[in-house]
Amino acid sequence: MKTLDRKWIWFWAALLLVGLCVLPFLVKNYRVFQFNLVLVYAVAILGLNILTGFNGQFSLGHGAFYAFGAYTAAILMAKFGVPYWATLPVAFVVCFVFGFLVGFPALRLAGHFLALATFALALAVPQLLKYKKIEGLTGGVQGLVLDKPMPPFEFRFLDQPLSSDRWLYFFTLMVAALMFLLAWNLLRGRVGRALVAIRDHPIAATAMGINLPVFKSLTFGTSAGFTGLAGAMGAIVVAYVSPDSFTVQLSIFLLVGLVVGGLASIPGAIFGGIFIQYVPNIADELSKSAPAAIYGVLLIAMMYLMPSGVMGGLNQLWARLRAKCTG
Amino acid sequence: MEALLYQISSGLANGIIYGSVALALVMIYQSTHHINFAQGEMATFSTFIAWALIQAGWPYWMAFFFTIAVSFVGGLVVQRLILRPIEKAPVLTNVIVFIGLLLIFNALSGWFFDHTIKAFDSPFPEDSILSTKYFSAHQFGSAAVLLLVLFGLFAFFKFTSIGLAMRAAAQNPDSARLVGIRVSWMLGLGWGLAAAIGAVAGMMVAPIVFLDPNMMAGILLYGFAAALLGGIDNPPAAVFGGLVVGVLENLLGAYVIGTELKLTVALVLIVGTLTLRPAGLFGKKLVTRV
Repeated sequence: MKTLDRKWIWFWAALLLVGLCVLPFLVKNYRVFQFNLVLVYAVAILGLNILTGFNGQFSLGHGAFYAFGAYTAAILMAKFGVPYWATLPVAFVVCFVFGFLVGFPALRLAGHFLALATFALALAVPQLLKYKKIEGLTGGVQGLVLDKPMPPFEFRFLDQPLSSDRWLYFFTLMVAALMFLLAWNLLRGRVGRALVAIRDHPIAATAMGINLPVFKSLTFGTSAGFTGLAGAMGAIVVAYVSPDSFTVQLSIFLLVGLVVGGLASIPGAIFGGIFIQYVPNIADELSKSAPAAIYGVLLIAMMYLMPSGVMGGLNQLWARLRAKCTG
Repeated sequence: MEALLYQISSGLANGIIYGSVALALVMIYQSTHHINFAQGEMATFSTFIAWALIQAGWPYWMAFFFTIAVSFVGGLVVQRLILRPIEKAPVLTNVIVFIGLLLIFNALSGWFFDHTIKAFDSPFPEDSILSTKYFSAHQFGSAAVLLLVLFGLFAFFKFTSIGLAMRAAAQNPDSARLVGIRVSWMLGLGWGLAAAIGAVAGMMVAPIVFLDPNMMAGILLYGFAAALLGGIDNPPAAVFGGLVVGVLENLLGAYVIGTELKLTVALVLIVGTLTLRPAGLFGKKLVTRV
């Protein structure tokens, strides 16, 4: 029975992989572009999840790290001619350092006050990016326009060419898979347990020998690094950065994605990404104000009905089904 | 010199606005130990109600007081319906619900009253005896209104039994419940009061910045900075913090960094206060029991 189970898992995994590879050739270019953004948001939400879901530190300002990652990539590409793939590690490191520096004062802030300080960060970022003195670098209000990377080779599949969006799809898919694997490895072992211990009972965690300041600020850095890398991918995928695409709304949407996907759930981030990419599009057709209202109602409803998010809901459903089958 | 005095006076005028937003935040914090992220959006929504009433032909002061009453009831209802079930939930849940409220109120303002910028008349005519060289009549008037609110609150908390009960409920909910105070209702009252003060702040801001669904975003941030600078548990200090922030913002904007980085000033103030002096200038040090 056990081995059969495992065989089926391999079968489904292989099918999923094939599906993911064929998918971009079945749909229009614009759809592929949307898939890319889903992957980008998923990685950004994953970063936020490491901090908020696993470590219990708030951030209403992760849009700021996303913006810094995006600008790092954009400036490197537009001003220094760095190839697009090489900007990702740089964005990760820059945002890691920046996040670590933000995380340091954050050690003294708990709960609401941390949320507040990061909220202020998110509100201030567009202004900082528009600042006149650094306009030469950031392009000021206009932002920076980038070139979409060309695919390194050409072929046609199902009558569709490997366009640059399709190439970017495979690129972001690879990077996202790598980041999810990294997060999974980081969180399933000693480090992950330490983070959860800090979230659930900081005093007991200290008593068990966990170095609270080091862990908390490193977590802030790592989380910012993940989100910054997602920002860099976002800049490459969209091929454009401007201050007004990184308003406080982005930070709030990331939080919404996190809550909808599921706090402290790694695969939940994917649902979060899908949610924040598609729900606004659907809601936009109702009214200009509708997306925000729907988000708000959903946030509150989720807190009441499904506090562990879509992923938590699925897990519960699965457990119930299994219990029924065996019992 | 003239220019400097002018900057300081207009800074004080802005500071009064920040002070009143800070006051509303402090009110909620005092009665619930939560920071309400939806405060600014709720105030904006109240201001829209006042605007609609005035458009419908109501005299200003009638609309003013009616809006305050509606906001009080609205705040109470929001607390009773949405926040009461999660009173004991973790902080994260609360913050997420606040963000949800922020989105909802912002969207509602846009939905009902649409996104165009509207002028909101001041009740204090420009050519009255109140206007002087440095302060306009509206600035004087809004300062007076704010001071009235402040004294009213002070008296309410100091001399009425409900005020005392509210303080008790916030400081020690368990003991308060034992002496027969309905703690949960006190929280609701706190929300009602904060919404009412927010409405006053909104109606005093609107003539200066014009009315649109996002008018409070920046002001809210300054309100936060003011409340933290003064001390989040001290209403008069919050107003003082507002004045300091207003003047600082104007002076820095005029002489040091320019007007584009004004929100960054608030950010630096917030982070600076929280790291160097978490209790604020006049706040009580928070001691947690292990």
